[in-house]
Amino acid sequence: MSYSLTEEQLAIQEAINDLSRGFGDDYWRTVDRAREYPDAFVAALTDGGWLSMLIPEEYGGGGASIQDASVVLEALERNGCSSGAAHAQMYTMGVILRHGSDEQKQRYLPAIAEGSLRLQSFAVTEPDAGTDTTRIRTFAVREGDEYVINGNKIWTSRVQHSDLLILLARTSRYEDVEKKTDGMSVFIVDLPAALQSGQIVAKKIDTMVNHETNELAIVNLRVPEENLIGDEGKGFRCIMSGMNSERILVTSEYIGAGLWFIDRACAYAQQREVFGRPIGLNQGIQFPLAQAYAELQAASLMRWRAAELFEEGGNPQFEVNAAKLLGSQALWAAANAAFDTHGGFAVAEEYAIERRFREARLPSIAPISNNIVLAGIAHGTLGLPKSY
Amino acid sequence: MKIVVLVKDVPDTYGERTLNLETGLAERDKSDRVIDEIVERGLEFAISFAEQNEGTEVIALSMATEQSSATIRKALAMGADRAVLVVDEALHGADITLTAQVLAAALSHIGFDLIVAGDQSTDGVGGVIPAAIAELLDIPQLTRLASIELSPDRVSGPRTSERVTLTLTAPLPAIVSVTERFAEPRFANFKGIMAAKKKPFEVLSLSELNATIDVMSAPRSIMTNIVAKPPRQAGVKVVADGDTAQHLVEFLKKNQLV
Repeated sequence: MSYSLTEEQLAIQEAINDLSRGFGDDYWRTVDRAREYPDAFVAALTDGGWLSMLIPEEYGGGGASIQDASVVLEALERNGCSSGAAHAQMYTMGVILRHGSDEQKQRYLPAIAEGSLRLQSFAVTEPDAGTDTTRIRTFAVREGDEYVINGNKIWTSRVQHSDLLILLARTSRYEDVEKKTDGMSVFIVDLPAALQSGQIVAKKIDTMVNHETNELAIVNLRVPEENLIGDEGKGFRCIMSGMNSERILVTSEYIGAGLWFIDRACAYAQQREVFGRPIGLNQGIQFPLAQAYAELQAASLMRWRAAELFEEGGNPQFEVNAAKLLGSQALWAAANAAFDTHGGFAVAEEYAIERRFREARLPSIAPISNNIVLAGIAHGTLGLPKSY
Repeated sequence: MKIVVLVKDVPDTYGERTLNLETGLAERDKSDRVIDEIVERGLEFAISFAEQNEGTEVIALSMATEQSSATIRKALAMGADRAVLVVDEALHGADITLTAQVLAAALSHIGFDLIVAGDQSTDGVGGVIPAAIAELLDIPQLTRLASIELSPDRVSGPRTSERVTLTLTAPLPAIVSVTERFAEPRFANFKGIMAAKKKPFEVLSLSELNATIDVMSAPRSIMTNIVAKPPRQAGVKVVADGDTAQHLVEFLKKNQLV
């Protein structure tokens, strides 16, 4: 059990540092202001094979471990890059890899690995369902060799920048299944075609961060039966099995973003002089940064532990969720410490703190709310009665 | 075609670089280690040439310490076929002449059609290694090129200075050096990094080079004194009251700037 980076992981980190130099504060400020998708950044990641690194080599991917991918996302965020614009391309394919048929794997994975097919969108949450996924109402009815799907989805991201959509729909009604997680199925949808034909209507949601996300109206969407992933009615399991890798990877982003705040705040505290001395001399500045740094490193260890168990083939539910909880909290602590350190300049766009601060808030509630994580640890790990 | 690229492990110019005030040597442990940025461009040339010309072998050669192997491996991650690292205790603190002798011996050992170097390193900034190697190996040198044209038996390229561009050409084998004007190098990618693990990485000592190099002979450059750069002095503050122009003119005259 060693959580030191290997020589290759150090090389990965250096390669990402090199790549990130081309995407400095000015670049991110510009795309953030314009609420533009960071196309050049995503293209650079695609060209370097970073977004296909988790796809096995037999399908043309990199065959990387979850630790290698964690190093990439952490390094991107530590360099001030908003990797959320592209991270889904890394792991959404996992549903096809783990539950798809051989034919589906051959059809999609090599093209995703090559970067010619973008799989960045994932539609699960609904306006009336939220975290209680069993309550989704989007419904797929079998008609001949097709499914006809109707319903609504919300917080479906990168719809304008994805060729495929992974969609979860009920194929049996909630009322008709004994086990409420049964009766849901996963489909692969040709997204541009569905948008063009009006079978999916996307309404963009303006948000406090530069993140393209949408509300979807699904109207008589026709999906061929060969686009069903896994068994009909067993879709919930397919979706849940991808959560472990997603949690480990987003935690890595939180740690990188937190360290970015610490790096920036320490540099600023050393050079900013007030009352004739650097503000970094003041313990009021030092202690919150030191506290946040310690919390980030603790979250990092939990992340590596989760990654180790995941790579061994386990289902480390406690570790991945605890890492996500601790990582998002440590990031928020670092963001606030850096905000205070910068004083008034924290709100000036030029210093990038305000942009990163806005981005640092979401991790507490997405991709899963920290309250749900706590409830899960309470009843799943500690054996306390289920509170919901 | 066998292209040997002379790769140097240097402190990252993006970070702070320091000299040891007792030995005069760079403090290598105190900064991030990277491949010299100028020769990375030369490496880019060699790798792209190899991609377009089957049968080309690209070898990264370096003289450094064992700790430099991770840095040199980046050349393999970028796409070089193999690496040769000369490591020997006796070479610690080697001056330019000794370095050139060792590299020349290693080049003879490896064999080459073309040698590619940076015009100068970003740490030592000596700028004479390519010329010294040309002399020792008795081959033509085309230095400070902004691009390279390579054919099976000739190499040529432009050397651009402020007023004139010279087009230089020489038969192979030859040594060329490139400048910062050269095309940007690629980044290492994930597959390259993983492939680098499996590529040959040869570590040679002086005795394995079968060369007569007297490392104990009198050093040819001797550091006699070293002082840290004094901290910057505060500038002169001029308090002007409607007579800014006059103050400015006086300042320029006093400093003989006009």
